[in-house]
Amino acid sequence: MTTREQILDAIRANQPALTALPGVIIPADNIDLQAKFTETLTTIGGKVIKAQGYDDVIAYIKNITNAGHRIISSIAGLAEVISTGEASPLPHSLQDTELAIIKAHFGVAENGAVWITEDQLSQRVLPFICQHLIIILNADDLVANMHQAYEKIGNEHYGYGTFIAGPSKTADIEQSLVLGAHGSRSMTIFLIS
Amino acid sequence: MHTETKDHAELATVFNKDEARVDWHDETLWWIRQKRDKAVNHLPEWELLRETASQIKDNVLSNLAGYLVQFEGNAQKNGIIVHWAADAAEHNNIVLGLLHSKGITKMVKSKSMLTEECHLNEYLENNGIEVIDSDLGERIVQLAKEPPSHIVLPCIHKKKEEIGDLFHLHLGTPAGNADPQFLTETARQHLRETFLTRRAALTGVNFAVAETGEFVVCTNEGNADMGAHLADIHIASMGIEKIIPKRKNLGVFLRLLTRSATGQPITTYSSHFSKPRKGTEIHIIIVDNGRSKQLGREDFRNSLKCIRCGACMNTCPVYRRSGGHSYHNAISGPIGAILAPNLDMEKYADLPFASTLCGSCSNVCPVKIDIHQQLYKWRQVIVQNGYAPAGKKAAMKLMSLTLSSPAAYHMGGKAGRFVMKYAPFAVNNKLNPWYKQRDMPEPPKESFGEWYAKNRKA
Repeated sequence: MTTREQILDAIRANQPALTALPGVIIPADNIDLQAKFTETLTTIGGKVIKAQGYDDVIAYIKNITNAGHRIISSIAGLAEVISTGEASPLPHSLQDTELAIIKAHFGVAENGAVWITEDQLSQRVLPFICQHLIIILNADDLVANMHQAYEKIGNEHYGYGTFIAGPSKTADIEQSLVLGAHGSRSMTIFLIS
Repeated sequence: MHTETKDHAELATVFNKDEARVDWHDETLWWIRQKRDKAVNHLPEWELLRETASQIKDNVLSNLAGYLVQFEGNAQKNGIIVHWAADAAEHNNIVLGLLHSKGITKMVKSKSMLTEECHLNEYLENNGIEVIDSDLGERIVQLAKEPPSHIVLPCIHKKKEEIGDLFHLHLGTPAGNADPQFLTETARQHLRETFLTRRAALTGVNFAVAETGEFVVCTNEGNADMGAHLADIHIASMGIEKIIPKRKNLGVFLRLLTRSATGQPITTYSSHFSKPRKGTEIHIIIVDNGRSKQLGREDFRNSLKCIRCGACMNTCPVYRRSGGHSYHNAISGPIGAILAPNLDMEKYADLPFASTLCGSCSNVCPVKIDIHQQLYKWRQVIVQNGYAPAGKKAAMKLMSLTLSSPAAYHMGGKAGRFVMKYAPFAVNNKLNPWYKQRDMPEPPKESFGEWYAKNRKA
């Protein structure tokens, strides 16, 4: 008998009588999603900027970076500020990325998280390996909570997807909060309306 | 052969030698418990969420074999390679085999309590594989050659000065620098080099979705993602109980997990791995290691609902004042004390007794495990199986004799009052466990029985 069969047999012999899978009916409060999202993300160390379009984003990026900085994005509208250079197929080649700008599908007001899937990334490692992260989000693409988030994701197929809520952080040393553990040191979200 | 096992009370005595430190440990964990309360009080639907999560886990346990097979099939369709391990040895062997097959001798690992349970690091190191833990807290205890003392906060027992000393010794930071910001930055630089040069990354699994074959890994630091996205081979180790039926169930669990753990609304990163990156491999190892046996213990199977948030530890008055290492098990605290006896009832016979049975653990548990009731039930099972410590057995025998004979009871009471009054040194000494960290009370002049006999007539 294989280990697989052995384990499954032991489980079948020991598992209790079938119980029903409950449904989840938790109504979302009628809240101001933008205000709640901004408040939550700010509390967890992120930053929210309201903008009209890419011109605002470009101006901001020019302001916080200099010529030597490597800026990575696959957003066509930001071509003006994106670093040129040969694209390497190796994710390791992104190690000197100062700033990454990534589009997110939607944001979640209750926890400040944004949902990103692989098709929005040149490499899965990009939002982690960059020193700073900018997220572009349509101001209308907000949901109240995680139940609505998964309703929105539905049965979508993705190789990899992630919720990101704020900059990378740790409090492992005496519970002192430090931003910039292994991932990005900052996370700025442009809410485009 | 009977070998004397380490005992929670003995180990706690060592921890309690430094009273100021115990107070600090106690207050730090209580502060995290309070952060949890604040986060929870924001959600009017909290109790409904707990109940729903508990019921989802009931359903999981009642159809575990079915869900595992469904998960396996869907994961394989996604291009993930699935392995099964009956116990720790088989799990470790699979990991080593995978590394050997790729000619890899160095691996980076993110947090996985299962690999702690399996003592994977030790095994791999004995077989010539270097393992670097990438979670900051785990890296710190790894440098200190200690196990984690808490499942979410691995080095919660360490002072920043001690961490500064470790970094000075191992990472070359200036002596005496204990600034958390500086030390974290040092670890960031040191581990970035590790991430960039490791071809194999091992992560744990927070949730595995039967319906889709994907699995979710939650971190605040981003270390699981840094490891996995830069490696050629990603190995994910999961216990059989990590399964949830549907993707949308993640909505319930991700709302509960981090609020319960640290009071954050969600971890910084909740990553969903469905397919391997082009040219790379994802392997999942599904591990039993005693879990199917626990599933058959009606009184204790609920412990398998645990989502490893650590809330029961942060709230436990015994954990807070005895420290995680006193539990001498990979998973400490109240949940560890109900999981461990399933693995080895004799070795962990002391753990269910390391509790006041106050029930705070059950009250904060996000999946409503009846932890304190299980602690109470384990005590009975352990005594029935003859694993109670000799001292406790003798004391209980004496107690039962005394309580079943009125004459012995009255005599015992009188003798006790006499001794405490005229020879207090006979009880106020190190041989009496009740004297630890406290003085014995003033003895009453008479027993209630004596008082009643005198006053009844009046």
